[in-house]
Amino acid sequence: MSMNRRGVLAAGAAMTMGGLPAARAQGSQTIRIGVMNDMSGPYRDAAGPGSVALTQQAVQDFGSRGFAVEVLQADHQNKPDLGASIARQWFDQGVDVVADLPTSSVALAVNQIAREKNKVHLNSGAATSDLTGPQCSPNTVHWTYDTYMLAKSTGAAIVKSGGTSWFFITADYAFGHALERDTGNFVRAQGGSVVGGARYPFPATTDFSAFLLQAQASGAKVLGLASASTDTVNAIKGAREFGLQRRMKIAALLMGLPDVKSLGLESGQGLLLTEPFYWDLNDRTRALTQRVQAKNQNRPPAMEPAGCYGMVLHYLKAVADMGVAAAKASGAEAVARMKAMPTDDDAFGPGSIRADGRKIHPSYLFQVKTPAESRGPWDLYTLGATTAAEEAFRPLAEGGCPLVRS
Amino acid sequence: MADTTSITAAAIPDVAQEAGGVWGFSRAQLVGLGILLVFLVVAPFVLYPVFLMKLYCFALFACAFNLLIGYVGLLSFGHAAYFGMGGYLAGHAAKVWGLTPELSIIIGGVTAGLLGVLAGWIAIRRQGIYFAMITLALAQMVYFFCVQAPFTGGEDGIQAIPRGNLFGVIPLDRDLSMYWVVAAVFLAGFLLVHRIIHSPYGQVLKSIRENEPRATSLGYRTDDYKLLAFILSATLAGVAGATKSIVFGIATLTDVHWSMSGEVVLMTLVGGLGTIFGPVVGAAVIVTMQNYLAEMGAWVTVIQGVIFVACVLAFRRGLIGELAALLKVKL
Amino acid sequence: MDEIFGIPAPLLFGQLLLGLINGAFYAMLSLGLAVIFGLLNIVNMAHGAQFMMGAFAAWMLLAWGGIGYWWALLLAPIIVGITGVILEKLFISRLYKLDHLYGLLLTFGLALIIEGVFRNEFGSSGLPYRIPPELSGAWDLGFMFMPVYRGWVVVAALVLCITTWLLIEKTRLGAYLRAATENAALVQAFGVNVPRMVTLTYGAGVALAAVGGVLAAPIYSVNPQMGSNLIIVVFAVVVIGGMGSILGSILTGFALGIVEGLTKVFWPEASATVIFVIMAIVLLARPAGLFGRK
Repeated sequence: MSMNRRGVLAAGAAMTMGGLPAARAQGSQTIRIGVMNDMSGPYRDAAGPGSVALTQQAVQDFGSRGFAVEVLQADHQNKPDLGASIARQWFDQGVDVVADLPTSSVALAVNQIAREKNKVHLNSGAATSDLTGPQCSPNTVHWTYDTYMLAKSTGAAIVKSGGTSWFFITADYAFGHALERDTGNFVRAQGGSVVGGARYPFPATTDFSAFLLQAQASGAKVLGLASASTDTVNAIKGAREFGLQRRMKIAALLMGLPDVKSLGLESGQGLLLTEPFYWDLNDRTRALTQRVQAKNQNRPPAMEPAGCYGMVLHYLKAVADMGVAAAKASGAEAVARMKAMPTDDDAFGPGSIRADGRKIHPSYLFQVKTPAESRGPWDLYTLGATTAAEEAFRPLAEGGCPLVRS
Repeated sequence: MADTTSITAAAIPDVAQEAGGVWGFSRAQLVGLGILLVFLVVAPFVLYPVFLMKLYCFALFACAFNLLIGYVGLLSFGHAAYFGMGGYLAGHAAKVWGLTPELSIIIGGVTAGLLGVLAGWIAIRRQGIYFAMITLALAQMVYFFCVQAPFTGGEDGIQAIPRGNLFGVIPLDRDLSMYWVVAAVFLAGFLLVHRIIHSPYGQVLKSIRENEPRATSLGYRTDDYKLLAFILSATLAGVAGATKSIVFGIATLTDVHWSMSGEVVLMTLVGGLGTIFGPVVGAAVIVTMQNYLAEMGAWVTVIQGVIFVACVLAFRRGLIGELAALLKVKL
Repeated sequence: MDEIFGIPAPLLFGQLLLGLINGAFYAMLSLGLAVIFGLLNIVNMAHGAQFMMGAFAAWMLLAWGGIGYWWALLLAPIIVGITGVILEKLFISRLYKLDHLYGLLLTFGLALIIEGVFRNEFGSSGLPYRIPPELSGAWDLGFMFMPVYRGWVVVAALVLCITTWLLIEKTRLGAYLRAATENAALVQAFGVNVPRMVTLTYGAGVALAAVGGVLAAPIYSVNPQMGSNLIIVVFAVVVIGGMGSILGSILTGFALGIVEGLTKVFWPEASATVIFVIMAIVLLARPAGLFGRK
């Protein structure tokens, strides 16, 4: 019988002092998945409660296969030390999988611990391509997207349309650095140039005007926003206030459905962005959206929660295939089994996981609709180009992942 | 001044030094020390060792802070700078330079001490609330430095710091091995603070706290005494931060942020300013509360604020101070 | 006029404008702190939280009551000022006989409570507050693009600061206030209700912070941490200026904002620390601050 209990457990509360967690009494036939993300900060709308809802949907859709699944959740507040200490405690006390981790700095910290403790790190929300590059791990699957995918799709499309000189405004941590680096590489490879950049403190910046003035003074044709979520929305609004859009093209390198919604079509129309998932993509995505809408505050899923759905479902299939005891005993074995099996889910369709832990699926370039084109509150995108799964991500050999050479 | 009470005089019960003490400990303090020692030995077999290690790091941090507020009467609102900087340097030493954990911790402490020389030299020019505001501002400067300095890794922090081998021989990967090291560091720091307070130097500090002009008129160069206390306090705070980053394998901005400075004030206030066990108990209360109540998110901040207000309005002696007053002993 | 000293004009003037705006907030906040400190001898650590409350009050008035910016500019400070009066009556007034440090600790605790409550209720990512239509848009000055609202903030803050200064220096009420700062017992003996004056002064200082919050709402999105990040810089400003004079705190606030803005042009990496460095230098040279009385 499948159990779908939502235990609210942050920073290892409740089980802190008591040694063994109470839940362990339910027997070793329970798989525990801890969804850790930003429940209160700038990434709440992108991941947050949505990722928990979609994880639960995955458990429900997986059904009953002779073992129980428990979903826990915690807020890492975008702090690597907090995330690391929650993960350490979770793993020490019987949690098998940490999922989501939308903040790259936290993801990299937890990545180390999952490997050390031989547990599983399923990542949907983090962007840094280093997770399957220099810092790749046999215990990790990186599912939804990464900075390379974004750079290749959005970055290249903007260079092709004449945006040859770039100024970056970058979130000053692992994610921003990776996105700036990967986009810069594509810009230069296409014959463009990067004329400058400014890095803003994350997550404490709300007024971007000082950085926008630097961008304006640089004379670049494109303002590359290596930022995410609320930060990107604030930066775009600020750019309009200071009249940047008259001389510069704005490239929001990571932008998702909730961001477009909060920016509004009036300000956002015409922006180009890349996502591997959109609720209105095909019949299967629409069916999933239909199923989960009520749980998900009546919003269609964003790509990070959708990734949680796909990867948790696939993990559970692997567990069923190899047996619960074996899956609990070794995170690396469980991830190896996930890599050996082809994936298929309603959010991403058929796909596969590479040796470096990278999940492979197509990426889509969207254009934000004008208010006139939009036919519903969440009808926000027009599909542009599609990059095939094999082309969308960084080639296996170029990542520098030590797992690949062996 | 007649109409104001010094911040710690209110907290310290007026009890004459008892006879029959050992090494400057009163009898009641010896009992307390015994309980502490038993706890140190038994606890890791009952409670989650990582949690205990965190607790000891904060307890040592609070002891270091208490040295300044409890015995010199200086409220530093920027102690996170030394705690966090100690953590960063220890992390850097262990990870990049590949040093052993004990050397890394020493480097963390020394760096924090050097920072204390600089900050203390500037801050002791003013007293009271100005001292608090200046230390806060200087700590914020350190925070911004850490945000930008390349070696701290900015928002990412220094990750994957190895615990390494103690003296290059004893591996600390197992939590229990690490535990004994942390317990030893904590105990050594705790005893050192006690030793400082009961030295002739400590007596001069207390006289400065009670009446600085008088100490000056007796020929003491009070600024030198205060500066040395500041440096010692900063060094110990650095050792605490360094130990924490070795235990958790990560050093981040959280530990240099002003809210960490506020937390250590709270720990010491809750336990009892100017008592030797107060900071330890206060740290235990606050760290436990943060762990148990973490699921409540920002309510933890609210509860901390309420405790602050309650302590200031009604409970100025803190837990140990009240206990000491009740038992009419010195703790 | 495209470049000045090799610096593009839009960058130089733009950063100067941003510096002036930051300076305006420093001035308003340090002014409030100085007024409160003068009479109550308390460093109001909750000042940043009360600045934030001003912004949230404006947001709530709009979102829940449909009350726009201009009314919020009047109502929000009154509402926040009243909460300040309540806090003074309930808590702060109990501490006047104790070491001043207790006042600092108490208001720090209050700041934590206020911030925590708002973070629970509204999250930490910030809520948007639209620029009022009368002040939206921008003037194209040729050498730079000048958002109307930002210009308005500088003007409004200047007017507010000068008014407060005149009120304290030139009116009878201000005279009482200054007299009570020197010798409260004597003023009481002349029949002035000093405790009430103290309470109202705290309320007024807090209201001043709230006005700053309302002005800031459309620039920085409204979020629970907006005050705490600012207030520490303001402490440094106060230490530099010395708490001795009202005019001193205003001048220091604006001047340091401009210095910070210029640093952003010439050495962006140092802009976050420049004020603290200046504080250290001032302390070494003049421990009582630029305008302070020892």
